[in-house]
Formats: sequence, C-alpha cells, structure tokens
Amino acid sequence: MAGAMTANEILDRLFLEMRARILELAASFDRIDRADSDDHLGEDPRPSQLRRANDIVNSGRYDRAEQVQMIFSDPYQAGWNRPD
Amino acid sequence: MYYIDPHVHMISRVTDDYERMARMGCVAVSEPAFWAGFDRGSVDGFRDYFRQLTEFEPTRASWSGIQHYTWLCINAKEAENVSLSREVIAMIPEFLNRPGVLGIGEIGLNKNTQNEATIFREHVDLAMKTRELILIHTPHLEDKYKGTRMIVDMLLEDDRVEPERVLIDHVEEHTVRLAKEEGFWCAMTLYPVTKCTPARAADIIEIYGDDRIMVNSAGDWGPSQPLAVPDFIQEMRRRGVPDSKIMKVVYENPLEFFSQSRNFQFDPPDTFPMPREAAVD
Repeated sequence: MAGAMTANEILDRLFLEMRARILELAASFDRIDRADSDDHLGEDPRPSQLRRANDIVNSGRYDRAEQVQMIFSDPYQAGWNRPD
Repeated sequence: MYYIDPHVHMISRVTDDYERMARMGCVAVSEPAFWAGFDRGSVDGFRDYFRQLTEFEPTRASWSGIQHYTWLCINAKEAENVSLSREVIAMIPEFLNRPGVLGIGEIGLNKNTQNEATIFREHVDLAMKTRELILIHTPHLEDKYKGTRMIVDMLLEDDRVEPERVLIDHVEEHTVRLAKEEGFWCAMTLYPVTKCTPARAADIIEIYGDDRIMVNSAGDWGPSQPLAVPDFIQEMRRRGVPDSKIMKVVYENPLEFFSQSRNFQFDPPDTFPMPREAAVD
C-alpha cells in the first residue's frame, strides 16, 4: 500500500516533531557525556549502540528503522534446534 | 469506524475502559492468557483464571456492547516451571469448547531459553491435536529478533502446522518479514516506548501491505493504552488512507483470522444487542 502523501506534505507535518526529537537526542547525549567526564561508562555497550544507531539515521538507506532495530538485537544462531 | 482489538488484557483494565473503547468504535476484543505480574503457584490458579476469562469477562464486555473472545495457555514467563506448565497444558482442554475460546495463546518465548522452547512445542502439539488456532507472543527488545526466528524455526519443524492458522504478534520492522514470508498472520502492538507507535505501524503497512496483518493495543496492567487502535486509525486518516483500507486492517483482517475457529460466533455490530441493564442487575 503506497503512502497517499507527498514527501513535502510529510515533511511539513513532521518537521517540528523531528526537530524536537533530534534536539532531545542531542541533549540526552550531552547529559550523559557531562555526567561521565571520567569515563565511568567505559565498557558499557549501550552508548556505542546508540551512536551506531545515530549513524544509521544519518545514512541514505531506505530501511533505517529495520537496521536500527538490528543494532539493539541479540544475534540469532541458525541451526540452534538441530541436534549436534 | 468499527474496530476489533485482537489483543488486549481486559482482566487488568477497569470497566470504564470497555466503555471508552465502545464509544471509540470497538465491537470486539480478544484476550490472550498472560502473566499476572507474579508466577502462579498451582494449576488451580490457572483454572480460576481461565474461568474468569471465559465466564466473567465476556459478561463484563457485553455491558458495553463489546463481544469478548479469549485464548488459553501458560505464558512464556511461567514456562520456566516445566512441571507446572505441563499440568496447565493437560488442564486446558477442559475449556477449549467453551464459547469464545479461539485457541492456544499467547504462547511464545520470553528470554529464549530451552525450557521456554520445550513448553512452546508442547503447546503447539496440544493445538495440533485439538485443531486450535495459535496466537504467539514474541519477546521484547533485544530478545525479539532471535526469539522470533526461533519461534518460526519451531513452527516450521512441525509439518502439522498450517501457517494461515497461526498469528505471530508484536512484530516490528525487523521481524514482520519473518512472519509474513512464511505465510503466518502477524500483528503489531501499539505500546508506549517498548513496541510500535501508530506511525511506525502505519509505515509497516505501507511497506509490507495490508494482507494478513492487524494492530492491537495489548493493553494490560503496565503502561499501555487501550485506545491505541483508534490512534492508529487517526494516523492512517491523517495520511489520506481511505477508511475502506483502514477497516481491512482493524476489522476485516481480525474477523478473517478468527473465523477459522469453531468457537467464533460473531454478531455484526448492527445486530448485536446491548444487554447492559440486565447484565448489571
């Protein structure tokens, strides 16, 4: 089912909401970094996941949402249900 | 617009929610058995729960003119207790011929453990032996992709399973294709923070089409929104999608899937009586 709105109409509708969300994201990164001046987060994988997700948002892909989901997903092992 | 919420835990909601849902156009709900927030200690605890799902909830729903259907199982969180799970699975057939019981659900995985997989397969076996539909819960957050793939693997390893009689729930951008490509039905849960928003659900419909897919609120005792399906309807309308297309997702598709159950008797909304005053007495 194709969308019924043009890209311009979608942007008009979403611009302020996206602007607000990206500001919220930027402020959240700032807040974490401000509180972590001596690098306590060190080995925590979550900041890295968030930054990789941010890279995907900035990419030109058409499947950004799916790719962001995969960053936050545990790996699957094919054949897990087959006897050794 | 009339709609059906195909997955909502009304046992956890107040009667006012039924009334608000009815005013927004809800004509039917289906309620899968799920986790109560604590692990139950005995098979009799589940027997009482199933009585509530099959006796009182349909009555309470009818006060607002909503038709209530249900699914029975022991959920994945409690499946870690394998012996209790087996007692519950052995007891479920006592209820399978009650009016409004659509099948086995919501079974699935939670943390993708071996015990969960064992009990999932035993539920599927019961559903195959008793010719029931299956409603499947897929895990949350980081467990979802792996768990959904494991669930599909287990369904495909049983050649008695007919994909058109199975609904895989809580799909998102990274799991919807897994369900649809194998011929299963699927559903998106409109849930604050941890699942799908109405806008993302509408995106998924745009990308993957409106066949064999539905949306639900999965309203329960946690942060959730029992009016989430109307939010989705409004999002689709804002995008200029005609009501006939929206109705397919929120009304016709659930009807088509549920109609495969021998216990599904549905009165279309223009004929359904409103026995509220008598019921309250």
